[in-house]
Amino acid sequence: MGSFFSLLKRDIQLAVRQGSAFTMTLSFFVIAVTLFPLGVGPELSILARISPGVLWVGALLACLLTLDRMFQADFEDGSLDQLMLGSMPLEIMVLAKISAHWLTSVFPLILITPILALSLNMPGEGIGAMILALLLGSPVLSLIGAIGAALTVGMRRGGVLLSLLVLPLYIPVLIFGVAAVEAAIAVLPVGPHLLLLSGLSLGALVLCPLAAAAGLRLAVD
Amino acid sequence: MSLNARHLSCIRQDRLIFKNISFSLNSGEVLWIKGKNGAGKSSLLRIIAGLLKPIQGEILWQGENVKDDPDIFQNQFRYIAHQDALKPALTGTENLRFWSQYFGTDNVPAALKEFELERIADVPTGIMSAGQKKRTNLARLIACPAPLWILDEPVSSLDTHYIALFRNQLVRHVKNGGMAVLATHQDLELDFIQMLDLDAERGKS
Repeated sequence: MGSFFSLLKRDIQLAVRQGSAFTMTLSFFVIAVTLFPLGVGPELSILARISPGVLWVGALLACLLTLDRMFQADFEDGSLDQLMLGSMPLEIMVLAKISAHWLTSVFPLILITPILALSLNMPGEGIGAMILALLLGSPVLSLIGAIGAALTVGMRRGGVLLSLLVLPLYIPVLIFGVAAVEAAIAVLPVGPHLLLLSGLSLGALVLCPLAAAAGLRLAVD
Repeated sequence: MSLNARHLSCIRQDRLIFKNISFSLNSGEVLWIKGKNGAGKSSLLRIIAGLLKPIQGEILWQGENVKDDPDIFQNQFRYIAHQDALKPALTGTENLRFWSQYFGTDNVPAALKEFELERIADVPTGIMSAGQKKRTNLARLIACPAPLWILDEPVSSLDTHYIALFRNQLVRHVKNGGMAVLATHQDLELDFIQMLDLDAERGKS
């Protein structure tokens, strides 16, 4: 467990010190979401109607910005070889990288979501559900993203390919994430949607590190 | 302790790099791998470290095939590659501390001292010179001790003073029952050395 937390700690330390991951994803998220009122027009009922979808899609895209760096930086400076020689299984090492990505790139998005939701005139009942849905569903973004990041790690300009690989796999989370918020706004039961999101997260938690680790083994060979 | 390689062959992108390489290394010995650029020195080291799969052949640690039981070889060696595996945003100490925690060891102050890094230990490695980075990377050998050192061009970009210093570290490691596999163009003038010339091996077949 020492190795797991030392890697997690290092990645967070690097993100804090370089600062780019936080600021890039956060500013992208804020700008992308604020573009919608400008494009769609200031009609409050329309904004409220599209707000769950806009926030979810914004979060998906913002998360993509930092995904390609998940293993790339370590690959380029030789750290990845060393990380693979540690005594913990590769899958657990990958899980530490994924956790660090979620904490530094995805979690800040969730923190700022209430403000953006208000600016899009999302009804109060929806905001709570939005946060819950993001908390339960967003781990899938980092987990599935890790597979794409591992498969494109040795590639120049792998970022675009990564988006093509990963975005279609985000569809289930998007559907149930938006459905949860819309159910809350319509005062319908939210539970089933949240349970489905949790199920997706748990499934991805088990399967994605396996796939990403296999991808990394190919990458260093 | 013993490390054996039997009939290793390596193919990279449909090109045969080397074939049928065997060696046997015991405590207190150094294996010096020689060969021209592209002879496969780095590939052979990566195969020993388990990062690359040989097309045929096997590696044995203490007489046991490491493929059958990867646990026995885990954490028994340190691999020093061309790349420094240092994060530019972290200081030398922070980099070394991370690796020593990651490998479950704790010997960072001694490592800084042995490689005369104390004065620059708190400088981010991003602004270190190539030689200083190399020394910080080599200090990992002391910060995270292991019986087998796998060294890929360990003295490149070091000046004569630090080459001598590194040589002393290597001699001490081997005298204390360690072993090392070394690929370098520079003759470190060690006794207790075995040579493996990949160019000559190629000529044999």
